[in-house]
Amino acid sequence: MRVAIAGVAESDLGEVPGKTVLQMQGEAALAALADAGLQLRDVDGIATAGGEGIYAPGMLMAEYLGVQPRYTDSTNIGGASFVAHAGHATEAIRSGQCNVVLITYASRQRSQRTRALGSIGAASGPLQFERVWGLPAPVGAYALAANRHMHEYGTRPEHLAEVAVATRKWAGLNPRAFLRDPITIADVLASRWIAEPLHLLDCCLVTDGGGAVVIVSEERARDLAQPPIWILGHGEAHTHLGIASMPDLTTTPAALSGRRAFETAGLRPEEIDVVEVYDSFTITVLLTLEALGFCGPGESGAFVSGQRTAPGGEFPMNTNGGGLSYCHPGMYGIFTMIEAARQLRGECGPRQVEGARLALANGTGGVLSSAATLVLGRD
Amino acid sequence: MEKPYPVPDAETAPFWDAVAAGRLDLQRCRSCRRHVFYPRSLCPHCGGLDLEWVTVSGRGTVYSFTVVHRAPAEFQAEAPYVVALVELEEGVRILTRLVDVEPAAVRVAMPVEVTLRGEPRLPYFRPRP
Ligand SMILES: [Zn+2]
Repeated sequence: MRVAIAGVAESDLGEVPGKTVLQMQGEAALAALADAGLQLRDVDGIATAGGEGIYAPGMLMAEYLGVQPRYTDSTNIGGASFVAHAGHATEAIRSGQCNVVLITYASRQRSQRTRALGSIGAASGPLQFERVWGLPAPVGAYALAANRHMHEYGTRPEHLAEVAVATRKWAGLNPRAFLRDPITIADVLASRWIAEPLHLLDCCLVTDGGGAVVIVSEERARDLAQPPIWILGHGEAHTHLGIASMPDLTTTPAALSGRRAFETAGLRPEEIDVVEVYDSFTITVLLTLEALGFCGPGESGAFVSGQRTAPGGEFPMNTNGGGLSYCHPGMYGIFTMIEAARQLRGECGPRQVEGARLALANGTGGVLSSAATLVLGRD
Repeated sequence: MEKPYPVPDAETAPFWDAVAAGRLDLQRCRSCRRHVFYPRSLCPHCGGLDLEWVTVSGRGTVYSFTVVHRAPAEFQAEAPYVVALVELEEGVRILTRLVDVEPAAVRVAMPVEVTLRGEPRLPYFRPRP
């Protein structure tokens, strides 16, 4: 049996000072259900992660919504969580555990300033060996990966900047994007250092925001409001938590999650029409493109050069403007699915990738620690 | 603002005790002979439970590094500084700070050696000839 994304929605994005994260998730959930043509009483599965450190966020979210699910998933593998939730939901629906799974996320990192680099916390447990050194989390770990990639393959800061510039062009076509003014490669290189070799404009935004995704069985998908976006393949993996334990700083777990997703879909990277990958930092994108097999190891710098991922380019990627320019509330992964589904429905207006039939969504979590991949398609 | 300091526990105390005594000690698995870092009660390479503490060379090379400019608040006064992943001769990687070197002079693959310093004493690394 096939399983589909039937509804997607964002909450308020950007700066949302007057709302709670439960409220934002509730509003996104109702909007995603309305998008699908479903109601809260149809939901029999719940998935969420984060919840600003609360105990059992899935139980809280379900209770808040008035849902008593028979399938629940609070897997937290950082920013890849929600893409992983979609994979888990696919198998739960296939096995008959449930029919309608609601995935939600929201955070208010911008309003609450919880992402200030200051608070790195008590240095206990295994991470005490990392926290005592003042490596800013998480950007410092990504900077280590970037420098290693530069050493092994000759990748240059200009290659990283290509991603930031192309992504901003997409954001210019998305009225909901937080930053929309065009930037140049020179702008990126001239922006201040955060952690070398990453500049300010190599780093994602810090915004408020959230979203919801509704996953349904093939039977339910048939008579809903939107054309079903089929989950053709999915995969997930994690390889470490702390950056010192990452087996190879230039190979992300997307190599494992992507292989599994493509195998289960019976498709190859070159068949994908539009790609949405978590761009926490520009280096995240380069490493992810290699891991997923869109190019070979070390080839990502050349692959993105000449604005190939920009609007009108050969490889449309992060068409909403990404975490770099559209929205980044801490665990961005859910937005890769939302945008991929919208692209396949053909409802993206000026940023629509013409004729898109197959899409890939990839979440990354932690410090290149986890990955989850979906291959999606329309009829 | 106080900087984070290590909080030794049952598994990590021997490491910090050695550092305080002027040594860099790591665990080694008696089953597969591989070194283990961070300290733990089993070998992640083979599942062995028989680990011994050994004093190591303290020599390694820079696997990667970053020059931190926008530091966590409690470290900002020290910026810019170099945080590095050092690959020790024994095959494990350890996160550290590089000292006695200009940030612009640091390179991946540069040979380095441990230098125990600071309060609390921590295993920093510096260039070696
Ligand atoms: Zn062993």
